[in-house]
Amino acid sequence: MAGALAFVLIVVATPRDAFWAYGVYAGLIVALTLSARVPLLVLVRRLTIETPFLLFVIALPFLTRGERVDVAGMNLSVEGLWAAWNILAKATLGTATMMLLASTTSITSILHGLQKLRVPTVIVAIAGFMIRYLDVIASEMRRMKVGRQSRGYEPRVLWQARALASSAGTLFIRSYERGERVHLAMVSRGYSGVMPELAAVEASAADWLTGFLVPAMAAMTCAAAWL
Amino acid sequence: MNALEVRALAFAYPDGLQALFDVNLTVSRGERVALLGPNGAGKTTLALHLNGVLRAGAGSVHVGGLELNKANLREIRRRVAIVFQDPDDQLFMPTVREDVAFGPVNLGLVGRELDARVHDALDAVGMTEYAHRPPHHLSYGQRRRVAVATVLAMQPEILVMDEPTSNLDPAAKRELADILQSLDLTMLMVTHDMPYALELCERAVVMNRGTITGDGPTHEILADESLMRANRLELPYGFDPSFSR
Repeated sequence: MAGALAFVLIVVATPRDAFWAYGVYAGLIVALTLSARVPLLVLVRRLTIETPFLLFVIALPFLTRGERVDVAGMNLSVEGLWAAWNILAKATLGTATMMLLASTTSITSILHGLQKLRVPTVIVAIAGFMIRYLDVIASEMRRMKVGRQSRGYEPRVLWQARALASSAGTLFIRSYERGERVHLAMVSRGYSGVMPELAAVEASAADWLTGFLVPAMAAMTCAAAWL
Repeated sequence: MNALEVRALAFAYPDGLQALFDVNLTVSRGERVALLGPNGAGKTTLALHLNGVLRAGAGSVHVGGLELNKANLREIRRRVAIVFQDPDDQLFMPTVREDVAFGPVNLGLVGRELDARVHDALDAVGMTEYAHRPPHHLSYGQRRRVAVATVLAMQPEILVMDEPTSNLDPAAKRELADILQSLDLTMLMVTHDMPYALELCERAVVMNRGTITGDGPTHEILADESLMRANRLELPYGFDPSFSR
């Protein structure tokens, strides 16, 4: 995880005109993906999460001012093109890294890792609770939807959204009450305000070494690109 | 010495609802007691008093001779374990193992001793192989069993269960019954499931409108038609409580 973060930081620090460096980064990610036996297609499909940001990026060459250039009959801004390329390349590489981390590492290990990296216990606990109860709340939401639909609710016009809004309110209150019950359960088992540390997983020197192998290669690429 | 002694307990919720009124209950060590009664009778409220989550307006609770008060709250909570109705409320840690360890860690256990506790508790409910799974990947019956393990890890003296059979299919109910039979603990079981109460508990206590209205051997209570009717209790169709084990 520390390796992934380092890799992303290095990618972001690379000058935008060093096209070859980005090629090396992409190659590193593809190599990692293959060695982790994650299907490339899955990775590409997950990258679509980036799409909303890319829409903004596409607008950049049209909107930015400054020196213009004609590309395929369109009058575009040079500065905008550079900015778009820069964001596109860095965002894609960053997202791919995180997707790779997420698809090779279980959520539990990520939580353990966060704790190992000295992220405050409260934050880890909040993330843990969120992941734990996401499913519970989502299924509650599904049941409410089924409940609405079984009573003939098919919103067509805006004012029919009222039922939706009150469902959201109910869901909020239910979750709040669940929070209270969870707290009761915690108190019943002797909770006194401090979350216990999660089971410690020791990372060996070899683990750190493998973890930082790819970021180290990326760092060399980055340094070469600046020189 | 009695495992549990409740004397003249009274409690009103902040909104003024008088939930408990002059509750007296004595449970001796090793006894299994079913707590029966209609919805809103105060069964769950009573259960929450037994480990001090709710504090009584009047009266007292003694667990194994120790009076429940602020000073020994911690020890009482170790002695009295509550399994809540919805296992999703009880299992809140990322993995089953960590959830079972939550209680013992709060008691200050670490290292090998902690591991042994967790292992024994999971073993008692037959869930050791699920130790590293996140709770939301388990079936409802499995989650219920893990919920029981989370409190067993505290090595309690009294096990209090709030409707342990709700939402369980018959097979999961059977598995849970086998587990509960195998435990050598004082048990107080809030339930609407009369056959289950008859099977697992030799004694039944009836509650209605915040007070205790009946107490006796389970098969006698269930056979007492006027008592049952007066407390909004009913037997399932075709069920004969005189059926002996």
